[in-house]
Amino acid sequence: MAAAARLFLRGANSKLSIAPGSLGTTLLKLSPNCSSRTKTQRRHAAHFTFQPDPVPSQYGPTQKMNLFQSITSALDNTLASDPTAVIFGEDVAFGGVFRCTVGLRDKYGKDRVFNTPLCEQGIVGFGIGVAVAGATAIAEIQFADYIFPAFDQIVNEAAKYRYRSGNMFDCGNLTIRAPWGCVGHGSLYHSQSPEAFFAHCPGLKVVIPRSPIQAKGLLLSCIADKNPCIFFEPKILYRAAVEQVPEDPYTIPLSQAEVLQEGSDVTLVAWGTQIHVLKEVASMAQEKLGVSCEVIDLQTILPWDIETVCKSVVKTGRLLISHEAPVTGGFASEISSTVQEECFLNLEAPISRVCGYDTPFPHIFEPFYIPDKWKCFEAIKKMINY
Amino acid sequence: MAAVSSMSKMYGLCFRAVRQTAGLKAYRLLQRRGFRVTVLQLQQTFDSSLEKPQFPGASAEFVDQLEFIQPNVISGIPVYRVMDRQGNIINPSQDPQLSKETVLNFYQKMTMLNTMDRILYESQRQGRISFYMTNYGEEGTHIGSAAALDPNDLVFGQYREAGVLMYRGFSLDHFMAQCYANADDLGKGRQMPVHYGSKDLNFVTISSPLATQIPQAAGAAYAVKRENTNRAVICYFGEGAASEGDAHAGFNFSATLECPLIFFCRNNGYAISTPTNEQYRGDGIAARGPGYGMLSIRVDGNDVFAVYNATKEARRRAVAENQPFLIEAMTYRIGHHSTSDDSSAYRSVDEVNYWDKQDHPISRLRHYMTARGWWSEDDERSWRKQSRKTVMEAFERAERRLKPNPELLFTDVYQEMIPSLNKQRESLWRHVQQYKENYPLDLYEK
Repeated sequence: MAAAARLFLRGANSKLSIAPGSLGTTLLKLSPNCSSRTKTQRRHAAHFTFQPDPVPSQYGPTQKMNLFQSITSALDNTLASDPTAVIFGEDVAFGGVFRCTVGLRDKYGKDRVFNTPLCEQGIVGFGIGVAVAGATAIAEIQFADYIFPAFDQIVNEAAKYRYRSGNMFDCGNLTIRAPWGCVGHGSLYHSQSPEAFFAHCPGLKVVIPRSPIQAKGLLLSCIADKNPCIFFEPKILYRAAVEQVPEDPYTIPLSQAEVLQEGSDVTLVAWGTQIHVLKEVASMAQEKLGVSCEVIDLQTILPWDIETVCKSVVKTGRLLISHEAPVTGGFASEISSTVQEECFLNLEAPISRVCGYDTPFPHIFEPFYIPDKWKCFEAIKKMINY
Repeated sequence: MAAVSSMSKMYGLCFRAVRQTAGLKAYRLLQRRGFRVTVLQLQQTFDSSLEKPQFPGASAEFVDQLEFIQPNVISGIPVYRVMDRQGNIINPSQDPQLSKETVLNFYQKMTMLNTMDRILYESQRQGRISFYMTNYGEEGTHIGSAAALDPNDLVFGQYREAGVLMYRGFSLDHFMAQCYANADDLGKGRQMPVHYGSKDLNFVTISSPLATQIPQAAGAAYAVKRENTNRAVICYFGEGAASEGDAHAGFNFSATLECPLIFFCRNNGYAISTPTNEQYRGDGIAARGPGYGMLSIRVDGNDVFAVYNATKEARRRAVAENQPFLIEAMTYRIGHHSTSDDSSAYRSVDEVNYWDKQDHPISRLRHYMTARGWWSEDDERSWRKQSRKTVMEAFERAERRLKPNPELLFTDVYQEMIPSLNKQRESLWRHVQQYKENYPLDLYEK
C-alpha cells in the first residue's frame, strides 16, 4: 500500500540534468536558445518566509540547527538519558529519508535504532508493545500520508489502552513521529495534514511544532509524556527552518498555546508551517489595513488550549483559523465551534476558516490549493468590514 | 525437529530453520542472550562468474525446469500428540511425567473453568450479565500452555484464553467482577464481559479488535529481550484472527527483529460461523510460519501434554535463541461463539457431540489420571460439587456488589485529568443532580 513511490526530496533547487556515469544515461543537453529554466519549468518559491525565533538563553549553549537536525538532537538526548529508548521505522537505520536519525545507530547501537519491515500497522503495533512492556518507543511513520494503515492500532488500541484496562496497562511511553504538510510538489500522498482524524480520539495527544526550537522542546515533551503522542513534523521546514537550538534537553509544555505577537483587532490561530504564513499576514494587515493581529500558535491540537484562544477572542472579537487540511471537518471547525460557544457575545464577525479545499491535495494546482497569505489577508478584510 | 524436516521434504527446498544465506559467509556470534549478527550487515560481494544466483533477496539454486511449488494441503503439517483420544500415552518418551499434584491441578483448573463457564453463560441467559464467551473444548490449550510458561512471562490474548488466567491464579471473584462490571472489577467497569486483564499476573487486558495484540506482542518481546531478564512473551489468537493484516505484521516483525515470542494459534474450526475452508486455503496457520522464517509446529490442542511439551520447548528456545515460534493448536470450539450466537445455524449437533463426547481435553486427562489411580469416581463427584459451590458463592457475591462510581467514566483517558474533560464531568454531575430520578444511581457506588 504505502510501498509505491517514495519521494526522496532534494532541496528546492534540484537540477534538471542527470549526470553521466556507469548507469549509462546521457547528459540532457539543451539547445543554446533555451534558457536553463522556462516559465513552465520554474518552480515556485515557498509560500512563506521562515523567520527564526530569538535565540533562547535559558536552556544553555545553542547550535545552529535546521528542523531535521533539531529532531536528531532531541532523539540523541533521549537515547543518551533513557537506556530503554528505541527508535524504529522504515529506513531509520541509515539516517532516515529526511535525515532525522543520522548518526544515531552508530552512536547508540543497532538494537536501539533499527529498521522495521515496510508495514505501518506493524510499526505502530510493535511500538505499542514496546511501550506496554515499559520501554520508551519512538516510532517513525515515513510520511503522515501513510499513517492510515496504523489507524486501528492508534485509535482502537494506543488511545484506549489505559482506560480499558482500568489503568493496569498503558502505552504512555509511545511517541509516533511523521513528516507532515505541504512541500511544494508532494501532491496527494506526500502533503497531507491528518491531525483532524486523530483530534477526534480521546486518549491521544497530537502535537505540531512550527520551528526547530519548538520541535526539539515539544518532541522531548511528547517522549516524556505518559500518554501516547503523535508528533507531526512540517517537512517543508526540515531544511528551510534554521535556528539556534539548545544542545541540552529542554521541554516545552504540551497543551499550552503560544501567543507569538499580541494584537487587539483580530486573533489568528494556526500551527506548523501555517504560522509563518500568518505572521506575514499580520504584517500585511498592519501595514495595509492598520489592523492589529494577535497570532497564536496552537502547538498541541489535542488536548488544545481552549483558554488561551478564548481569552484572545474575548479581547479582539474576531477569529481566523487557518490550516492546509481540507476545511470540512478540519480542526478549525472544532476551534470555531468551541469559541462560538464560549465567546458568542464577544464576536464582532463570524469566525473565519481559511483552509485547504475539500479535494485531495493536488500536484500542479498546489499554488491555488493552499491557504496562502492573500486568502488570509482577504478574510481579515472581510471580518474587519463585517 | 521432525515437523521441520518433513516440511523440507514437502517443499523440496533446502530449508533451514535458522536464517542463513547460502552465498555469503554466514557466521554466528557466541549465542549470547544478546543480539545475533544478522547476515545483512556483512557486505555482499557479487560475482557474476559464479553460476549461483547473486540476488540479495533470496538464497537458492538455479533450476531449469518450470515447476510451480505445490502447496501441500492434503497431507499437511502433522499433528503432534502425546496421548491418544483415550488418554493413553503413545510414546512414553514424550510423557512429560509431571507430578500427580501438577496433573491434578491441570484437571481442577480445566474443570473449574468449565463450571464457571456454565454458570456465567446461564447468568447471561437470565439477564444478569450482558454478554459471555465460553471456552468449551479449548481448556487444554489454555492450561497446557500456561503451565509451560514462567509466571513472569507476558501474555497477550484474544478473548478465549480465560484458562490461562485461571491457571495463573486469577480469582473467581475477579473473573465475576469483570463480567458483572462491579466495583471490584480491576478494569473499573469499562469493558464488556470476558475482557479480562491482570497486571499482577502479567496478562495484558483483552481488547475486542482481533489480532491487534499480535504486533504488540512482538514489540513487548523486543523490549523484554533488551531487559535481559529471561522472560518470554506469548501471544494467543484464533485461526480467524490470523487472517488479519496485523497477524502478518506481527509474524514478520518478530522474525526480522528476533523476538523471544511464542505465537499460539487456537485453530478451533470456526470464526463465529465461518469454517476454516472459508478462512484460508493453505495448510492452516502452521504452514505460514516458514514463510516468515519462523520455526513452527502443529499440535493436538485437546492433548494437554502435547500442548505443554510444545510450549515448554518453544519457550526455552525462544528465550535462548531470540527467535519467535509458532504453535498451531488444533482443537474444536464446542460452544457457540458467544451468547449472541446460536451455532446450530451453521453446524450440526452431531458434529458438536463428537468433540464433546469423543475428543475432549478434560476427559482425556481424566482417563490418564484414572489409569494411574490418581482420580476416582468419588473424587470426581466431590470435586464437581465443591467447584460448583465455590463458583456459586463467587457468583452470589458478584451479584450483590454495587457498580463502580460513575466518576470512573472520566478517569484514565489520559494519565492526568485534562481541563476540558473535567468540565464535561462537572456538566454531567449537574445534569444528573437535576434529573436524578432518570438515572440508576442506586446501582452504583457513591
